[in-house]
Amino acid sequence: MAAPDISRAIDAVWRIESAALIAGLTRIVRDVAVAEDLAQDALVAALEGWPASGIPENPGAWLMAAAKHRAIDHLRRTKLLHRKHEELGVRLQAAAPNPEEPEEGEIGDNMLRLIFMTCHPLLAAETRVALTLRLLGGLTTDEIARAFLVPEPTVAQRIVRAKKTLTEAQVPFEVPRGADLNARLSSVLEVIYLIFNEGYSATAGDDWVRPALCEDALRLGRVLAELAPGEAEAHGLVALMEIQASRLAARVGPGGEPILLLDQNRARWDHLLIRRGLASLERAERLGGRDSYVLQASIAACHARARTAAETDWPRIVSLYGELAERLPSPIVELNRAVAVSMASGPAAGLELVDRLVDDPSLRGYHLLPSVRADFLKKLGRLGEARAEFERAASLTRNSRERDLLLSRAASCAG
Amino acid sequence: MRFMMLVIPKGYESAKAGTLPDPAMVEKMMKYNESLQKAGVLLALDGLHPPSMGARVSFSGGKPRITDGPFAEAKEVLGGYWMIQVKSKAEALEWASRAPMSDNEIIEVRQVQEFGDFPPETQKHVEGFQEMKNAPKK
Repeated sequence: MAAPDISRAIDAVWRIESAALIAGLTRIVRDVAVAEDLAQDALVAALEGWPASGIPENPGAWLMAAAKHRAIDHLRRTKLLHRKHEELGVRLQAAAPNPEEPEEGEIGDNMLRLIFMTCHPLLAAETRVALTLRLLGGLTTDEIARAFLVPEPTVAQRIVRAKKTLTEAQVPFEVPRGADLNARLSSVLEVIYLIFNEGYSATAGDDWVRPALCEDALRLGRVLAELAPGEAEAHGLVALMEIQASRLAARVGPGGEPILLLDQNRARWDHLLIRRGLASLERAERLGGRDSYVLQASIAACHARARTAAETDWPRIVSLYGELAERLPSPIVELNRAVAVSMASGPAAGLELVDRLVDDPSLRGYHLLPSVRADFLKKLGRLGEARAEFERAASLTRNSRERDLLLSRAASCAG
Repeated sequence: MRFMMLVIPKGYESAKAGTLPDPAMVEKMMKYNESLQKAGVLLALDGLHPPSMGARVSFSGGKPRITDGPFAEAKEVLGGYWMIQVKSKAEALEWASRAPMSDNEIIEVRQVQEFGDFPPETQKHVEGFQEMKNAPKK
């Protein structure tokens, strides 16, 4: 294999194997920072050896063996008598130096433990995102920095501090159980969805969407759903992401402007992803799932099943939002519910609901509130009021394309 | 990026109608399919019945002609495919390398054309096709 080819091939192997490798090493050394260092050492060994010997038949096992050899070597050479390193040495040698391929179940279990660790609530949200993308997503620090438009040293620091925090707090490397599990799983799902959303409607930068991030999140979500197949919410999240991702090509206009769901050209929706999303949703429903991600996915599925915007089953969406509002009471859910109600029962009904939200402090400065209200007012023929609300919404949004859209809607209200 | 891994089994071009893969092979395949699923990269997969059960439509001056299989002149035929989602062609090749194939089988790796790959003028035409392709089956 030519030199650039082999290095790309090794990159590819790393992308496939690194998460399981780090997870397996963390299981042994009980320290995620040490585990990552050992994994990197194994990668160095691969970069040195594989161009000549070729990629081994079982790259995962090769890397694990290399990581352990290097660790034991290092400890012998430095003759560290520090107690911690003695323990480490004992543990490494106890885990056989030339292991057979670890059991499928064990690899999965280690990966699950690692995801729960990188998404630990002790860490700030953006830190969980960075650590998860690095250790589980196999992204380089540079790739993460570019994805979130943050300087690379900032990301690098975040990751270093995160590992330190986890070690100092002695966070156990385990799958949470009982009452703890739900909350911890929520944290994992939240991280994955955060990554997805950054790709789906980027908050920073010039691009409205960043599909590569959506792909990273989808992959993580699918992996999680296979690791925890009994968790309905995991399948719900995957369903939601598959269906939303199906619209990526339709969400952006030729000038890079955002196109709203009801205005999208549905011929551009990816029906392979929709089918996959609906299949995941079905899995979740068979497990009796009825929590927030499953409900959000059900709403997304209503849109996905409608061949045209006019065929949308609004009454069903209204009912789903009602359920969602019970599980996840929030003014934003209420706002979305009001839109659905207006589509099912007319703008007056929608306006009634939105008017209850105007004084909500958490919605102050949220441009979609006046924007939705303006839309109802316009449909009711109250053009003067509609125009004022569109203009107010325009003043609140930070996205210039959105502002243009809102201002043009205001102008069209001139009676 | 999406890639298809197209399986080309030598000898399948002359396989009898109703030929199905042998159970031991199927088990290895299922394990491999699972590994793709667990890695979160599998999008779709299918096996194809042999050409003896199929037909070819050729064209001459716009006029179609149907020929029933098997096809004497065909040296390679498709047996099935996977569609995967990965970051690079190298990653697709690595996955293909792990497939449980016998010495008689070749996997051809091909990148899937995605909507954004087409220039804007072509996109308009492709849209219409997408609409037909995507019409929900009753």
